[in-house]
Amino acid sequence: MPSEARTLRERLPAIGTLGPVIALAIASAFFATQHERFLTGANVSLILQQVMVVGTIAIGQTLVILTAGVDLSCGMVMALGGIVMAKVAGTLGLPVPLAIAAGVGVTTCFGLLNGILVTRVKLPPFIVTLGTLNIAFAITQLSSDAQTITDVPPSLVALGNAFTLGGTEVVYGVVVMLAAYLLAAFILRETAAGRHVYAVGNNPEAARLAGIDTARVLLGVYAIAGACYGLAALLAVARTGVGDPNAGQTDNLDAITAVVLGGTSLFGGRGVVWGSLVGALIVGTFRNGLTLMGVSSVYQILITGILVILAVATDQFSRHGGR
Amino acid sequence: MGDALVMQGRGLVKRFGHVTALDGTDFDLRAGEILAVIGDNGAGKSSLIKVLSGALIPDAGALSLDGERVYFRTPMDARRAGIETVYQDLAVAPAMTIAENLYLGREVRRPGVLGSVFRVLDKARMREEAERHMRALQIGIRTMTQAVETLSGGQRQGVAVARSVAFARHVVIMDEPTAALGVKEGTMVLDLIRRVRERGLSVVLISHNMPHVFEVADRIHVARLGRRAAVLNPRAISMSDTVAVMTGALSPELLPTEVLA
Repeated sequence: MPSEARTLRERLPAIGTLGPVIALAIASAFFATQHERFLTGANVSLILQQVMVVGTIAIGQTLVILTAGVDLSCGMVMALGGIVMAKVAGTLGLPVPLAIAAGVGVTTCFGLLNGILVTRVKLPPFIVTLGTLNIAFAITQLSSDAQTITDVPPSLVALGNAFTLGGTEVVYGVVVMLAAYLLAAFILRETAAGRHVYAVGNNPEAARLAGIDTARVLLGVYAIAGACYGLAALLAVARTGVGDPNAGQTDNLDAITAVVLGGTSLFGGRGVVWGSLVGALIVGTFRNGLTLMGVSSVYQILITGILVILAVATDQFSRHGGR
Repeated sequence: MGDALVMQGRGLVKRFGHVTALDGTDFDLRAGEILAVIGDNGAGKSSLIKVLSGALIPDAGALSLDGERVYFRTPMDARRAGIETVYQDLAVAPAMTIAENLYLGREVRRPGVLGSVFRVLDKARMREEAERHMRALQIGIRTMTQAVETLSGGQRQGVAVARSVAFARHVVIMDEPTAALGVKEGTMVLDLIRRVRERGLSVVLISHNMPHVFEVADRIHVARLGRRAAVLNPRAISMSDTVAVMTGALSPELLPTEVLA
């Protein structure tokens, strides 16, 4: 019955766009029935805080996955950025803007390194970023002596402060994350550079024949992704108040999970950056809701694993199911 | 259709190691004509096309456009000179819309500060222009915001042709445009090729499909052993004689002059 299979396949992309929002709504409704505190302003504010680091990493990850790549190094590079910021501002006592610039500079350089290895040496992104994941982790441990850096100046962690909006506390870092999403969505939707990211991921040969410098696009994507991890590092330091060499260990897969749950195709060229925010919120909602219900964290990891496989299966079926 | 030459190649040579792909071939393309290029595998057909479209740099020989010497180093050089190529494997991004594909790599930005500083795309204008180009070629597609993957093979070819026509000023090169299509869609694309000629452009059509070649071509360039064996008039020569010239079974010297073009 080829006609039936086709109509099902035609319907799926629409589900791909709306699906994440529906999933988030169902999960929220479920947890609201399980625990009266779930839907309170304070708890929603907490979920947003818990999500802001992974959500910001997911912006960079979305760009990379849109080009049909993947960045496994994201969480570790973010941790290194945090250590650099804490060390420069705290241990060395240099001005905070300089510390932020140094941290973002280091993470951007890591992104650039990934980009160079992918475009110039033509290695697969999976292997390249698996390598830089370990390099970033080792540098983080060595440069911090595996110790948490606690003496950070208050201005470095200012984004962890909150203001009240309609009686609910909103952390500045959440606003920064939302602004970053707005900017990323604008670039992807409204500029030629953004369209070229989609084209390179969708059909690199067509992009090349259309006169697009595909290597430059990829290099730019990996570098900007690195800068996103730098911003995430600033938010992580602000949230925890310290430079933590063991940060980002779960963020690696959480960010990829968020992007895939958000409907961005691992085959590249399809997806919207807002989906990744919804994806991050789904992961955050499950973590938060299961914690409220008193479910142990091992089951939370189990459920995240099942969620990501479901999301990838939907992606695989809707793109390639008919062939 | 005049006899004015749009493109001319003289003594073009291209070697790959010990293999000589082009052995001093000549090439003439007249204004507003459909010139079919045919040849067996290894006849130098695709090397010739790549030289014309800037994808290959010839080792020797001269190429001129409108009587002026041109030196194409990259496909972008040829495009800047007004030569567009429609590639065999339908070089479109399937998940992107028709309008996006038409303007891929040549996006139009908004006027004023929005465009120059914030680099905002003028999507409405690109959509309208895309619609105009598609309508001019009578490709019956209503919405330009449709993803290309929702189109049939012939319609996709239509998008690729519309893109080349939108930007070509002299020549459109089409590499096997009907190869992957069924009978009905093939006929549709042949109509499309005629409409490209009606717009005053010259078309270089590479095809293995002899009935298609005979249906639309004004002249047939036969490539053989890296040279131009003959230029034939499809209205005066039979299909079987043409194939015989192509394979070398019939020497072009034995042909009556009226079948040459």
